[in-house]
Amino acid sequence: MSLLEGISYQLLQSLLMVLLAPLMLGWVNQCRAWLQNKSGAGLLQPYRVLRKLFHKDAVLAHNASALFRATPYIRFGCMWLAAGIVPVLATDLPFSPAADVIALVGIFALARMFLALAAMDIGTAFGGLGARREMMVSFLAEPALLMVFFTASLISHSTQLPTIVETLAHAEFVIYPSLAFAGVAFLMVLLAENARVPVDNPATHLELTMMHEAMILEYSGRHLALVEWASAIKLLTYITIGIALFLPFGIAGTGHWSALPLAFGALLPKLLFAGLGLALLETLSAKMRIFLVPEFLGTAFLLAVLGLLMHFLLES
Amino acid sequence: MPATLSGQLINLLAALLLLIAFAMITQRRILSLVNLFAMQGLVLALSTLIVAYSTGQGHLYFSAALTLVLKVMALPWILYRLMRKLNVQWDVETLINIPSTLLVGIVLVIFAFNLASPISHMAGTILRSTLGIALASVLLSFLMMIVRRKAIPQVIGFLAMENGLFFAATSSTYGMPMVVELGIALDVLVGMFIFGIFFFHIRETFDSLDLQHMEKLKED
Repeated sequence: MSLLEGISYQLLQSLLMVLLAPLMLGWVNQCRAWLQNKSGAGLLQPYRVLRKLFHKDAVLAHNASALFRATPYIRFGCMWLAAGIVPVLATDLPFSPAADVIALVGIFALARMFLALAAMDIGTAFGGLGARREMMVSFLAEPALLMVFFTASLISHSTQLPTIVETLAHAEFVIYPSLAFAGVAFLMVLLAENARVPVDNPATHLELTMMHEAMILEYSGRHLALVEWASAIKLLTYITIGIALFLPFGIAGTGHWSALPLAFGALLPKLLFAGLGLALLETLSAKMRIFLVPEFLGTAFLLAVLGLLMHFLLES
Repeated sequence: MPATLSGQLINLLAALLLLIAFAMITQRRILSLVNLFAMQGLVLALSTLIVAYSTGQGHLYFSAALTLVLKVMALPWILYRLMRKLNVQWDVETLINIPSTLLVGIVLVIFAFNLASPISHMAGTILRSTLGIALASVLLSFLMMIVRRKAIPQVIGFLAMENGLFFAATSSTYGMPMVVELGIALDVLVGMFIFGIFFFHIRETFDSLDLQHMEKLKED
């Protein structure tokens, strides 16, 4: 019975994450518009964009291979899987043994690799340029992300996200200096991996400094819609991972289905504040030169390693 | 794992102290460097206050107040004034680039942690694990003095090193005797004034605050 409940909850969560991801993107964009004294396009604008794109015909380049056509689906699938194994409302996720945090990093890497290959597949200058930049950013961001996960894993003695959340949320209150370091490092990785402002500008479509947009320049119609949707899911997944690791209070434990409404009530303000904070950060900071990105991500890696060292020194 | 809340708070502040030491290494602008130095002083004063409260050592309240007045207000103010008078706000030049400096910094932190761990195991105070952090921040400030070329960042590195030493003193022995603390505070203040005079002399002689000019022994 509880397994059935678990599976139904799992399906519900995966579906909700996928359906609500554009809303989160819309909220971030709306906050950013407010902070810049604009009226903004509204919370539902990402849905309108997706509907418009799904109704358009997809245009393919003559030399596009099957890889180029398959990539949007692979990327969407990867992000959906990632969204399914992060404990958002409850830690009782039957699918989560399928992938621990290391595999989660691998899933993100898989999606990224396919997108970079697809960008190079067409052979335009922008695609290759975007793919190269994306790979440079990600190979620096990935070790930092792993270190952040390792810090949390060392505290809870497990690499399974539900176990980590269970340990952090339901143990007695302890201040972990190592998690503070890891939190800052995670924020920096989040900005870099989701092509947000200090590293990349998500609002630009034709600029020599773009990274993510340069890679998906050749996509159109339903392919573009899937890629954009996957990016929205990725952003929401990263934010929920951040909440699960650093602000897990309120997430329902195993077998506590009655705590779900409370968990939802705790999650909503966290998500709203996360979106507002992200918009604030993006408004306050300017996009950095591409040659400063390694320094930015190097700092993230340093902070994550420091967090790890802090754990050994202060908390063991 | 320290059981008490005050122990945890001090650990958190110790971590912040180390973080600020790292931030100083990465910082290119002198103004932000001075701000970071003031912040480090504030963290130090807070941690001293918590130690004083949790251990009931009365004289530590005085040293917390002394830290607050001297390192958060007086020294940054003197540094601001010096910067305005010398008209230096330009970017700091480093001898080796910043990412490599950070890597050296990590190695130093690991070295300090290893060095301090046997001592920490012997110590009985509630703050024994912070000794490694104090040592690490002293070494990081050393590193900053070595890699910076200009005079003012070197002096800030020196002052930050004193912060680390002070933290080591409070964390391992619950602070030095009052006389020693007052003496050191006065030394730092007087040293700062002398440094200020030196800055003007260096600039008058070489037309710059770059200390590499002082390595030449003969005028050419």
